[in-house]
Amino acid sequence: MAFTKIVVNCETGVTEEIELTAEEIAELEAAQAQAEVDRVAREAEAEALAALKASAKAKLVAGEPLTEEEASTLIV
Amino acid sequence: MELIATTTVGAGGALSIDFTSIPQSYTDLTLVVAARHTSSNSDFGILQINGTTTNYSFRYLIGDGSSTGSNTSSNIGLTNSIWIGNILGTSSTSNTFSNFRLYLPNYAGSANKIVSIESVNENNTTTAHQFFNAGLWSNTAAITSLSIKTYNDWTFAQYSTASLYGILKGSGGATVS
Repeated sequence: MAFTKIVVNCETGVTEEIELTAEEIAELEAAQAQAEVDRVAREAEAEALAALKASAKAKLVAGEPLTEEEASTLIV
Repeated sequence: MELIATTTVGAGGALSIDFTSIPQSYTDLTLVVAARHTSSNSDFGILQINGTTTNYSFRYLIGDGSSTGSNTSSNIGLTNSIWIGNILGTSSTSNTFSNFRLYLPNYAGSANKIVSIESVNENNTTTAHQFFNAGLWSNTAAITSLSIKTYNDWTFAQYSTASLYGILKGSGGATVS
């Protein structure tokens, strides 16, 4: 993975590839780790919602009572 | 419209593309970007102005080929930059890029700065995003630098490009006195 940034000086026309400092790299890696945690959490939440909706639909079709949680997925 | 500067990402990739010391002699700016990143995760590109991380807000429209949506920066909890659209990663069709066009009118003036953004993805699947955004940087300072990177700090892939253009008002590009 690149730890450089491209900086284009519009006044001089000079383009440089500048390496990040150790502190910037540490911040970046921490941000990416948190992004991965957030992504996993979002996916788990989406899967749980999909499962609840499927369960709610099945119960409606079968004429069975829904839990409050299942009913909430159907209310717009 | 006049090209101010352009750059292409090399084989080593880059975390961000920054245009600095932007001349103040134009009326408006246009930034055109074609980008792809090297992560398998999807991600959005972001714009930061003058190296700042505050006073941003935006409202966007997004379509993905089968559905549409709209939201605001405050609702999604992003206030340190302006989203410019979805950037394709390695899970997308190979050798395809996301394209972005940002228009910044009156960038050197003394009012708050607005950004009009449109972007599309090239992706040979049923999901390819189109994105339109109205952004605001609530800061009256003239814009002297622009930085583009991915929201999650992924690396821009080789051959990603960014070109900054200056636009002068008046017919024939002349400044109207």
